[in-house]
Amino acid sequence: MWRIRAFEERVGELTRADEVYGLVHLSIGQEGVAAGVCGQLRADDAVYSNHRAHGHVIAKGAPIERVLAELMGRENGLCRGLGGSMHLVDAEHGFMGATGVVGGNVPLALGSALASRLLGSDAVAVVFFGDGAVQGGIFVESVNLAALWRLPAILVCENNGFAEFTPRSAHTNVERVGDVVAPWGLARETVDGNDVVAVHEAFGRFLAGARRGDGPMLLECLTHRLRGHYEGDPARYREALAAEEWQERDPILRLQRRGAVEGWFDGRVPGRLEHEARTEVEEAVRLARESPFPPPSLVSELVYAGL
Amino acid sequence: MQVTYLQAIAETLAAEMRADERVFVLGEDVAEGGPWGATAGLADEFGTERVRDTPISEAAICGIAVGAAQSGLRPVVEIMFIDFLTLALDQLVNAAAKAHFMSGGQLTVPLVLRTQGGAGQRGAAQHSQSLEAWLTHVPGLKVVMPSTAADAAGLLASAIADPGPVVFVETKTLYFRREEVAPFEPVPIGSARIVRPGRDVTVVALSRLVPESLAAADELAADGIDAEVIDLRSLAPLDLETIVDSVGRTHRLVVAHEAVESGGFGAEVVARVQSVAFDELDGPVERVGAPFAPIPFSPPLEDAYLPGRAEVVAAVRTAVNR
Repeated sequence: MWRIRAFEERVGELTRADEVYGLVHLSIGQEGVAAGVCGQLRADDAVYSNHRAHGHVIAKGAPIERVLAELMGRENGLCRGLGGSMHLVDAEHGFMGATGVVGGNVPLALGSALASRLLGSDAVAVVFFGDGAVQGGIFVESVNLAALWRLPAILVCENNGFAEFTPRSAHTNVERVGDVVAPWGLARETVDGNDVVAVHEAFGRFLAGARRGDGPMLLECLTHRLRGHYEGDPARYREALAAEEWQERDPILRLQRRGAVEGWFDGRVPGRLEHEARTEVEEAVRLARESPFPPPSLVSELVYAGL
Repeated sequence: MQVTYLQAIAETLAAEMRADERVFVLGEDVAEGGPWGATAGLADEFGTERVRDTPISEAAICGIAVGAAQSGLRPVVEIMFIDFLTLALDQLVNAAAKAHFMSGGQLTVPLVLRTQGGAGQRGAAQHSQSLEAWLTHVPGLKVVMPSTAADAAGLLASAIADPGPVVFVETKTLYFRREEVAPFEPVPIGSARIVRPGRDVTVVALSRLVPESLAAADELAADGIDAEVIDLRSLAPLDLETIVDSVGRTHRLVVAHEAVESGGFGAEVVARVQSVAFDELDGPVERVGAPFAPIPFSPPLEDAYLPGRAEVVAAVRTAVNR
């Protein structure tokens, strides 16, 4: 979680310094979901994500210097600088893609789950999406098919209460995403997404089932994005959390407090992890800056596969 | 042997599924064979895990096919009418077409999307369109449009073998035409075919307008006009070389398709030809296409609306000034 937090904070700075380009959506505040889910997956488990994907790809195992190089449009980026923040892919680690189309990757994850089954593998597919994706028709089509075909897919909704700039209550009368899928009889659970232990435990139960070929399941994680929808969003549509309230909710601080009480780790561990994460990110910044921009010839080389 | 266009498709699907376990079919009613029987018998031979009936959910069907292709399968997805491809365009255009590029080459999407278009069946404006030009505007998609049984079989085999997404546009009007064919062979994507050699004018035709143009050529021959007819077969990538070679011999060009003329693929052919072979042209290029109107239902109106042999004959006469 510290690696994601340190990465995202640095990306925010680099965006304001015009070193990271384009539309950038940070996941500060939602690290507990990425860590609690991806930490339990294998490299051959497919993960799909949305526009707010940095935490997911890092948690799935992508080298952070290559994530950052991608955000900076460099040749050494995960996608050689052709995708950018909203279209990250790291196939080697099973991160099969983010998308800039809200809800667009939900059926793709089902396709990967179907491939697992037809190829005789116990790999599962996971897709992250926000509560804003649930009001799209593709979501309903996908849930129906996933349930009908009993696909080994786990749908992970990060319900941060806002679809872009609008609170959920202005878009739908259904407060809980878990209730949206109720008619299909999906196994579903709603947890506090800022409690990484709760996410880890609930997802672990679903994962064990999906490995056996059960599915689909829906894990709704109630969370909070600390930043605006994108970097530069003045966020006039909501009041910022008071500092004290954020201290209560911050998934990293919560884990640190609980870990200290439960005796899970030495009191010096969190500080060390934060320091290591920030050091790793600084090294990533250095490496990404050293990577050249890709050659213009790359554009025509990759239009078709197999050229 | 004698086969129909539809039989050629069904037999090729079966042959490809026998040869490669990763190939599977999904779409509305495919296990039942579909409305025309293009997938008839496949479920009996391969089972319903590989011949998957889907609900009427074009977007999800297409998205699932994209994900399956990215994860190692070779889906052949059917969208029953090209008119309904509108519902799956996000998955085709924003996901399938761009995945290889946007991932820096990490992902491949070996997906075939079979669909069919064309009017003449009194299907009216939502079951009869020719929308292929839209798809050619999207980098990353290959688009083919066979007009014969042999090409349908050969292009389908090549499409299934292709590492990227291929849209395979059939035409319902030609489904039941019986043809004498040699054993099927793969037809490379991106190659046009000279169907009828001629000296006076080149007619580049698509899909149903190929047999219409051949009939037009016969009619014109009686007046001493010798038309060369080229079946484009692939729109993207485009075999410009075969067209330009032909124009270099005939110096006159007509492009013909059933789609609405305005913004149709013929315009792209014309633009590409004039940019490399302007000096070869002895006169303006003529286009044959449908009027700028939705397809009418009433039979006399639909018949009048659809371009065919007569329109090709008229366009050729204009092009050659005779």
